[in-house]
Amino acid sequence: MAGIVQFENVGLRYGTGAETLSDLSFSLAQGGFYFLTGPSGAGKTSLLKMLYLAQRPSRGSIRLFGEDVVELRRSRLPGFRRRIGMVFQDFRLIQHISAFDNIALPLRIAGVDERDLVTPVREMLAWVGLADRASARPPTLSGGEQQRVAIARAVIGRPEILVADEPTGNVDPEMAARLLHLFDALNTLGTTIVVATHDIHLLRRVAGANVMRLDRGRLHDPTGALRYPPRAGQDYGEGGA
Amino acid sequence: MLSASLADRRLLPEGRLAGPMPWVIAIMMFLTALAMAGGMAMGAAATRIESDLGRQLTVQVIVADPAQRDRETAAATHILSTQTGVLAVNRLGDDKLRALLRPWLGNAGLDRDLPLPAMIDVDLDANGRGRIDAIAGAVRAAAPHARFDDHANWLAPLLGLIRSLGLLAAGIVALMVGATAAAVVLAARSALNTHRQTIDVMHMMGATDVQVARLFQRRLALDAVFGGAVGLAGAVAVILLIGERIGEIGSGLIGSVTLPASAWAALLILPLVAGLLALAVARITVQRALGRIL
Repeated sequence: MAGIVQFENVGLRYGTGAETLSDLSFSLAQGGFYFLTGPSGAGKTSLLKMLYLAQRPSRGSIRLFGEDVVELRRSRLPGFRRRIGMVFQDFRLIQHISAFDNIALPLRIAGVDERDLVTPVREMLAWVGLADRASARPPTLSGGEQQRVAIARAVIGRPEILVADEPTGNVDPEMAARLLHLFDALNTLGTTIVVATHDIHLLRRVAGANVMRLDRGRLHDPTGALRYPPRAGQDYGEGGA
Repeated sequence: MLSASLADRRLLPEGRLAGPMPWVIAIMMFLTALAMAGGMAMGAAATRIESDLGRQLTVQVIVADPAQRDRETAAATHILSTQTGVLAVNRLGDDKLRALLRPWLGNAGLDRDLPLPAMIDVDLDANGRGRIDAIAGAVRAAAPHARFDDHANWLAPLLGLIRSLGLLAAGIVALMVGATAAAVVLAARSALNTHRQTIDVMHMMGATDVQVARLFQRRLALDAVFGGAVGLAGAVAVILLIGERIGEIGSGLIGSVTLPASAWAALLILPLVAGLLALAVARITVQRALGRIL
C-alpha cells in the first residue's frame, strides 16, 4: 500500500530545550489502522500535532499525501488540513453552537451550500446515535455524546486521515468500545486511522491494527511492526497485553 | 466561503454592543464629526469671505474743500464705473456716513461743519482683483486725494486664522481616525483572545485566515457603524444648536460660518466610513495575528 504519511529523521524541539521527539522515521499506509501508545510525556501529542499540521518539525522530512509539508507555504495548509480529521480527548467542540452546527462546521468551511449540508449532517448525527440531539449544545451533552459529536465533526468531510488523541480518555469502557467500532467502520471505508491512547485494552480490539510505541521522544519499533504488518506477539508497551 | 451569515454569526457568541468598543467609537465619532463640521464650516466661511468681502474696495476722497471733494468724487466715480473688472460703484451719501460715525462721535460730534471724506463702495468681479493697481492709478489721475482701502488687506489675517482653524480641525480628524483605528485594533485583539479556541478549531478544520478574519471584521464593522451613528447623532444635535446660536448673533462675518450641503453629506456618511475603517483595520489585525499561528 502507498505511504500516505512518511516521517524521515524527524526531530522536534520546543524553544532551546532538548528534543521532545528525535529521529522519527516511519511510514503509514493508506487505509491502515494505527495505535500510537507510550507513557505520558513520551511525545504522542507532539507527534500528532505534526501529523495534523499544527506544528512544524525542527528537522527532518514529513510527507503527507505524497507532498513534503515541512516547508509548505502557510496559505496551502488549509487545503491539507481539510483532508485530515481530528478528534481530541477534550473534544474541542464550540460550546455555544449546537451539535448540528459543530458537525456542519467543516462543510461550511469547505464552502458547502447550506441547503446541501443538512442531509449529510443529519445522516452523521444518526450514524453516531445522536439524531435526536441535533440542536443540543455541548454543555448539555454527556461526555460520550460530546465525543461522538467530535468524531462526527472529524469525519463528515470524508478525511483521508483521521487522527484521534486519547479519544477514549473521558468515556466509560462501553462507550470506548463503541467509539472504536466507529473508527473501525471508517477504516473499512478507506480512511487511515491514527489513535493515540494510553488504554492498552483498546489495542487488541481492532484486528490487524499496527502499534507505534513512543518512549522519551523516540519511536520503538524493535519488531519492525511499523513497516506493516506487525509481527505476532508484538510488545504493546505499558506492560500490557 | 463561510458566507452563510447566520451560521457565521453563531460562531461568535457575544451579542453586539456587549463590549465597550461601540461606545468608544461613538465618542470618537462624536468628536470627529464636530471637528469635521468645524473644519468644513471654516473652509466654507473662508471661501465665502474671500469671494464676497475680498472683492470689495472702499475709495475715500479726503480733502477739506467741499467743492473740490465733490469734483474729485464725481470724477473718481465716473472713472471707476468705466473700469474693466468693476461690477458696481456706489457713493455713500452724507446721511449714511453720519449714521456710520454716530456710534463713535455721538449726535453732538456730527455737526454740519465737520468735514467728512467722501466714500465710494466698489464691487469687483473675479478679474477686478488683479486690476486693482491699474484701477487705482486711473482714479488717482482724476482724483489726486483718493485713497484706496482694499478689504482683502484687513481680511487677510482673519482668513489666515480661519484657514489655520480649518487645518487644526483636519488634524484633529486625522488623530481621531487614528485613535478609532487603534480602538479597533485593541478590540480585534481582545476578540481574538476571547475566541481563541474557536479559531483553533476552525484552523484545524482547514479554515483560511480570510475566513476567520471575516467573522471578526463584520462584527467590529457593525459595532463601528453603530458607534458612528450614535456619535453622529450627538454631533448633529450640537451642530444644530450652535448654528441656531450663530443665527441669533446676526453678524455678517460670523454668519458666514455655516455648513454647506456637501459638508452635511460628508457627516452623514461618517458611520459608514467608520464601519469601513473598522472592517479594514480588523481584517489586517486579525490576519496579522493569525499569521503568527501555524
